[in-house]
Amino acid sequence: MNQERAYDRWRRDYDAATLRRPSFTTMSGIEVDPVYGPPEAEFPGVYPYTRGIHASMYRSRMWTMRMFAGFGTAVDTNERFRDIIAAGGTGLSTAFDMPTLLGLDSDDPMSLGEVGRCGVAIDSIEDVRDLFRDIDLASITTSMTINSPAAIMLALFVAQAEERGVGRARLGGTLQNDILKEYQAQKEFVFPPRQSMRLVRDTIAFTAAEMPKWNSISVSGYHIREAGSTAAEELAFTLANGFAYLELARAAGLSVDAVAPRLSFFFNAHIDFFEEIAKYRAARRIWATWLRHHYHAADERSWQLRFHTQTAGVSLTAQQPENNLARTAIEALAGVLGGTQSLHTNSMDEALALPSEKAARLALRTQQIIAFETNVANVADPLGGSWYVEALTDVMEQQAESLFAELLEMGDGSMLEGCIAGIEQNWFQGHIAESAYQLERSFNRGDRIVVGVNAFTEGNEDADLELLRVTNEDERKQIARLATVRQRRDDDAVRRTRERLARDAADASVNLMPALIDAARAEVTVGEMMTSLVGVFGRYVEVPVL
Amino acid sequence: MSERVLVAKVGLDGHDRGIKVVARILRDAGMEVVYTGLFQTPESVAVAAVQEDVDVVGLSMLSGAHLTLAPLVVAALRERDSNIPVVVGGIVPGNDVDDLKAAGIAAVFGPGASDEEIIRVIRSLVSPVE
Repeated sequence: MNQERAYDRWRRDYDAATLRRPSFTTMSGIEVDPVYGPPEAEFPGVYPYTRGIHASMYRSRMWTMRMFAGFGTAVDTNERFRDIIAAGGTGLSTAFDMPTLLGLDSDDPMSLGEVGRCGVAIDSIEDVRDLFRDIDLASITTSMTINSPAAIMLALFVAQAEERGVGRARLGGTLQNDILKEYQAQKEFVFPPRQSMRLVRDTIAFTAAEMPKWNSISVSGYHIREAGSTAAEELAFTLANGFAYLELARAAGLSVDAVAPRLSFFFNAHIDFFEEIAKYRAARRIWATWLRHHYHAADERSWQLRFHTQTAGVSLTAQQPENNLARTAIEALAGVLGGTQSLHTNSMDEALALPSEKAARLALRTQQIIAFETNVANVADPLGGSWYVEALTDVMEQQAESLFAELLEMGDGSMLEGCIAGIEQNWFQGHIAESAYQLERSFNRGDRIVVGVNAFTEGNEDADLELLRVTNEDERKQIARLATVRQRRDDDAVRRTRERLARDAADASVNLMPALIDAARAEVTVGEMMTSLVGVFGRYVEVPVL
Repeated sequence: MSERVLVAKVGLDGHDRGIKVVARILRDAGMEVVYTGLFQTPESVAVAAVQEDVDVVGLSMLSGAHLTLAPLVVAALRERDSNIPVVVGGIVPGNDVDDLKAAGIAAVFGPGASDEEIIRVIRSLVSPVE
């Protein structure tokens, strides 16, 4: 596509777009253009999308303010969800507790002390019913941050929605379902990598066929960065994982264009403002280029990288926690100037505990101030053309490309095999640990200042914030809820559906989603479904590197 | 003689950035460090600590389960007649530090604890005469 046509294409799409307001002006009344740059420049909404995936960007629609929440029992989290919607939140994002993330029931001995602590405890469809009670599932989109048991959680969600008369085709949302980064960074794995990838394949195929509004995977760099990677490593590892999922789906007989538009991405917004913006710009350009020229996608939607952003939890400090409001605001602004589709802002108390209600509200207010007071959303890619940002964008792209080359070599030309080999050989884990160590060294030497930690510590002794306290009471309550379900359900149906699940798991040509939905309806617990699958798939044990 | 430290992740918490960084810092300071890997139980940590004959056990806890799990590690050690001191690092709210100490935890390192502080405290636990 030549440059002149990029402008024409942008103009046509922009003129056709519905806008939030008839005109956009600065506070002093100066009318501003939708995008700036010479006619031969790149334009938003036009390949390679460096400047954004939509021609009109936030002039048509603000990003989704999607706040991640979950603690205690499903009843508690449902209340928090309804508060978020009432406060103007436009999407839900479910945080599950550790046992749920690892597919353990709340009454499992390994769950001790963790039930309802880092998120909501989900043991069976009964908990999912309470979690979404009185929430309109056909209008609010729901993101579920879960990986090893992602297929199980999708089955529970579908079964629950259908009980309420909302068909699966009407459900909009996202399953994180990004298992590769679990082995690389977040470490909530259960099955070995290849068996996990079979479950991912099944969810991709199922949602492609039956859930047109559902994003099957949120390919996540967030955790890779939080685990210590550099910005370029976050970028490269995440996109490589995205390519791996495409190759997985292609091997299962799905076309790239059937799958790529359902992949979304999830990036970190760390504190180095311009580097982060460059990272998002490079991500869009790399994805578009590879999808078009390497994977031969024909549908433009396959070329467009959509992403969610979360501010960096790891940048927050326990010292003078109110300072975290400023950090989060700056990071959120980077996400917006980088063209994010949705955003979660961390609460100021997250280096200390799960967010209190007040801290969570302040975090949402931070987004609303950026969206509605600052006018930064009036112009697409306002930093495009900045010599600094353009140069950084190029460096990000080059660094990512050289990491891709290493992975392709490990995988003998296959990114899927490269990613699995990289996990098995501790290549990703080694990179991440080394970068984390180097960063820590630079803080400790004082080469980098962290306000309140290694400088400007006056005020560190001030009174603590009011923190959310999750007590063991929730654990007892949840175990009692689970006991009720176990007692009242039809044991024959449980046995029958679990047998089918194990049978289907043993045959790699079968899609596991129907068996999982059946089991969900029979009130089989998450732990029981996982146990049935572990019986066939086995368990992964990491050999850690130091 | 160099200090021997077992660093461990107990329970379901998969956050391993901190423990790996601290392990390297302790090695840089000349200590011998053994890392258990993820998803250990209090018993498995106690068994490993006794077998490896370490001077200190360091637990890394970022999921909020420290008040439940850290005391169980101390108890599992004492059941094996071991007095190995146990320290905890991670996301620990100030209010919980006293409770942990009352449960026999020798020291707590919150977010932002410096390398020097961690090294100094661990050395003082190994050679309490200082």
